[in-house]
Amino acid sequence: MSRYFTEDHEWIDVDGNNATVGITNYAQEQLGDVVFVEVPENGKELGKGDDAAVVESVKAASDVYAPVSGTVSEGNVALADDPSLINTDPEGEGWFFKLDLSDTSQLEGLMDEAAYKEFVASL
Amino acid sequence: MSMNNQGRPTRSEDIETGCAPATFTGNRALILEEKLIFESGSTDRTGIDFPAAPDAPSKLGGLERSVEIGLPGLSESETVRHYTRLSRQNYGIDLGFFPLGSCTMKHNPRLNEKMARLPGFADIHPLQPQQTVQGAYQVIDELADWLKTLTGMPAVAMSPKAGAHGELCGVLAIRSALEARGDAREVILVPESAHGTNPATAAFAGYKVEDIPATKEGRVDLDALIARLGPDVAGVMITNPNTCGLFERDMKKISDAVHEAGGFVYCDGANFNAIVGKVRPGDLGVDAMHINLHKTFSTPHGGGGPGSGPVVFSEALAPFAPLPFVEGQGGEYRLVEEENAEEHHASSFGRMVAFHGQMGMFTRALTYMLSHGADGLRQVSEDAVLNANYILRSLEDVLDAPFAPSGPCMHEALFSDKGFADGFTTLDIAKGLIDEGFHPMTMYFPLVVHGAMLIEPTETESKDAIDEFVGALRHVVAAAKSGDANLKAAPHHAPRRRLDETMAARKPVLVYKDSETAA
Amino acid sequence: MRYLPLTPDDRDAMLARIGVASVDDLFSDVPEEARLTGTIRDLPDHASEMAVERHMQKLANKNLVAGSVPFFLGAGAYRHHVPSSVDHLIQRGEFLTAYTPYQPEIAQGTLQVLFEFQTQVARLFGCDVANASMYDGSTACWEAITMAGRITRRKKALLSNGLHPHYVSVANSMARFTGDDVISSAPELSAKTDIADLIDMIDAETSCVVVQYPDILGRMEDLTALAAKAQEAGALLVAVVTEPVALGAVKSPGEMGADIVVGEGQSLGVGLQFGGPYVGLFACKQKYVRQMPGRLCGETVDAEGKRGFVLTLSTREQHIRREKATSNICTNSGLCALAFSIHMTLLGEKGLRDLAQLNHAKAVKAAQQLAQIDGVSVVNDSFFNEFTVILPVDAREAVRELADRSILGGVSLGRLYPNESELSHALLITVTETCTDADVDALVSALREVLS
Ligand SMILES: Cc1ncc(COP(=O)(O)O)c(C=O)c1O
Repeated sequence: MSRYFTEDHEWIDVDGNNATVGITNYAQEQLGDVVFVEVPENGKELGKGDDAAVVESVKAASDVYAPVSGTVSEGNVALADDPSLINTDPEGEGWFFKLDLSDTSQLEGLMDEAAYKEFVASL
Repeated sequence: MSMNNQGRPTRSEDIETGCAPATFTGNRALILEEKLIFESGSTDRTGIDFPAAPDAPSKLGGLERSVEIGLPGLSESETVRHYTRLSRQNYGIDLGFFPLGSCTMKHNPRLNEKMARLPGFADIHPLQPQQTVQGAYQVIDELADWLKTLTGMPAVAMSPKAGAHGELCGVLAIRSALEARGDAREVILVPESAHGTNPATAAFAGYKVEDIPATKEGRVDLDALIARLGPDVAGVMITNPNTCGLFERDMKKISDAVHEAGGFVYCDGANFNAIVGKVRPGDLGVDAMHINLHKTFSTPHGGGGPGSGPVVFSEALAPFAPLPFVEGQGGEYRLVEEENAEEHHASSFGRMVAFHGQMGMFTRALTYMLSHGADGLRQVSEDAVLNANYILRSLEDVLDAPFAPSGPCMHEALFSDKGFADGFTTLDIAKGLIDEGFHPMTMYFPLVVHGAMLIEPTETESKDAIDEFVGALRHVVAAAKSGDANLKAAPHHAPRRRLDETMAARKPVLVYKDSETAA
Repeated sequence: MRYLPLTPDDRDAMLARIGVASVDDLFSDVPEEARLTGTIRDLPDHASEMAVERHMQKLANKNLVAGSVPFFLGAGAYRHHVPSSVDHLIQRGEFLTAYTPYQPEIAQGTLQVLFEFQTQVARLFGCDVANASMYDGSTACWEAITMAGRITRRKKALLSNGLHPHYVSVANSMARFTGDDVISSAPELSAKTDIADLIDMIDAETSCVVVQYPDILGRMEDLTALAAKAQEAGALLVAVVTEPVALGAVKSPGEMGADIVVGEGQSLGVGLQFGGPYVGLFACKQKYVRQMPGRLCGETVDAEGKRGFVLTLSTREQHIRREKATSNICTNSGLCALAFSIHMTLLGEKGLRDLAQLNHAKAVKAAQQLAQIDGVSVVNDSFFNEFTVILPVDAREAVRELADRSILGGVSLGRLYPNESELSHALLITVTETCTDADVDALVSALREVLS
């Protein structure tokens, strides 16, 4: 399994054709206390860069994009009851949705952990 | 030795001042806690007496209510006390300085209130026969005349209910005009600094919204705007004076370029108070502009509304203005509405609202205009701008004012949060000002300045009031710069301490639930 | 000038601090050629309170005051007695001159009122939640249609022909631009509403069905079957209430299954005011709350654990979501909501029921009297305080002739539906608690005269 990052502060864990997507700790810190999350329905087809989920704090609303194309296989229902998971464990329990990837070659353009760290440091 | 005749001490004794003890009731003298009516009232209590209903058969179609609604009542005495107590937990202009930028919180003259309550205005029905409401039409017509004259525009739609509704009116007129010439444009350009209602309105009217960048000086980037114009751009929405409190010097050039490219110019006139009698939007090429009567023309904000947002139009857009409107002819007035629109106003885009708009605000605004007159309104703008510049120059040594070096501001002064100690924010400044007895400035708007603080004094503040505010703000800013922990916990003296907005949004409780129904 | 505190000395001192010679220097960003000099032509100079009052009073005197004559108009704006304490309380400066409660620590008064208002409206309408107000009933109605569109992702709204024609016009003007499909028609002068027809018209494209209750002709029918049919088809039922006092007597739309209930709250606390400002009421089922337009007040606690209130779920709104907001509304009808809420508190459940009963009984009696006039017939089987009669003459003429006799006799359907000749003889008559027996007798005898 390998983990990739995007410039939109999302992470994606890939295991064969299956992927899990969430937002990074840096993104969580920027947002502040998360109060609401909307995850995509199972079976939704997403193209790379499409709006996939919504995450809201008291004073901001952000879209979470599909980092690569695929079909949604699961949304994290636990977030509806406890959106604070995104603040407490953004890169674990606070995942957003799982995807069946349609084109793994799209992963090539993404960053690895070291590159993402550097990217954040440059902001 | 001298004694007063009650033998009681007349000076405070030396006592420990420090933390005040908790009281039994939770009240603190004049700061009184107040229950919800659902906790204090009951469904069988009432503050109104009615005569018995006459005997008559029911014609309710078998729909008689069978379950209790759950509406608690209070006697009149309790009602007066409930709302009086609640009112005392509120800050209002009547209480003190209220420098909320972009909101023009000026004094609300009481003559306005009295005039709006004359039975001849307050107690007439919008569908009365026209011969019985000639005076009401005349109010609308006279106010329309003032607005047209002050803006230099040939037409005005009076019915929009507030600023955002006026924006919608203007944008729909633009769309109608484009459709009438078979031109289906899709995009409205809006500066990043614009008020949220601008993009929301354009989207509500079915347009795509694109940002226009700003220059370092806080104004619309003319070159970028011109580069973006083209056959898909329906128009621009520009706020002038803008939300950074600056006059858009290039307004005429912007209008000319937009017109050249076949589009229309919408001006957000929320900040008209800065320029009444000094410059007319009609001379700057504007096609439509709303005027917030609840800002510029002193009708009260009422804790969130109602407002009124008449929209002035250029010749090009006037034919598309909404129904209904009033037409005067030789001292007689008539309403142009659906019935006679065909012959008088065939291109109108239709009706935006039931009835005629905010009559109660029209009477107040007209009363205000007559009181000030043309000379007074001009003085209003000059004093509003003078007060704002005085604030700008009295604070720029302690607060970062990103646009101050480029020249004077208009009616409001904008500052950023640069230079505060780590962890201290604009929010802390606001809460510190609350403890000092002021309503805070607008915070975090416009979005183009970090931690924005937008201060609009208006013309109805005295120099003393402003000096006191400046002194207090300098004091609070010093605390934010030195990292004073007390400031982080402010307000200390308001009816409530900082409220938990995260909890409110995570598990919204929007209505009262009786404990038995709370399940 | 009485509202301007700066003295000439103040102005000089301030200009000196700013470092400019004259106030005109502060307007240097205004291009020279656009700057106005001298006074504004064609407008008078400032005037004293006395002079202004004289002018405004003169205009007010040209209007025929509803309360000075027998008065029977309704059609979306109702004349009820507003207790004196309502106007006294809303004029307290802390309510009147406050802004939207953006700083909750010093706006608990407004916020608690909004929380109470939201609860009153939700209960009255039989819904889970209500917002902090819209502009008025007609704009609330359009907002409900767009909200149903967002929820169902469909664009066809079926409007009952009993919906107020101004509300229909507002929806039509908006729909032209948003690409929504709004189906509407004019009412028929029959005792039955078009609910059965609407049930037949619902299909897989329908986003919502919009019904007014009581409807424009005053009729009421059970909405349960319509709600069920709409929901079965994946559509929402939007109910519109223009006379909230009716709900003191009849079942609420929420009880009958409506998903969204909107209304005009002017009947309580606000008064006629020639059409505005009024107050839009907006309520719905809990599950749709994130699609609601407008402000919402919610309960929370402060740093010491004390109960308090804040504006919440703001990410729906324009100041945060901008072009993706659920609505563009900003300023709403706060003070009118306060007036509504105070009036409702004074009434309480008992008072509201008594008021409703009084309205209904008076209206029933008046309808009976009017039906006895030769050539006059009552359309309604069911009604609350407003009903439709058919006259043997054009009702607009009759209304004007009644006005000549100092009687404001009702709203002619010809005024509301100028293009529907079948409706031209119909007159809408409203009888509230403010109408005396003598008023009704005066209407009956004047109408006899007009018709003879
Ligand atoms: C710049 C600006 N534009 C538009 C608006 C919207 O006006 P309203 O609140 O009357 O809808 C406001 C006020 O809030 C504003 O400050």
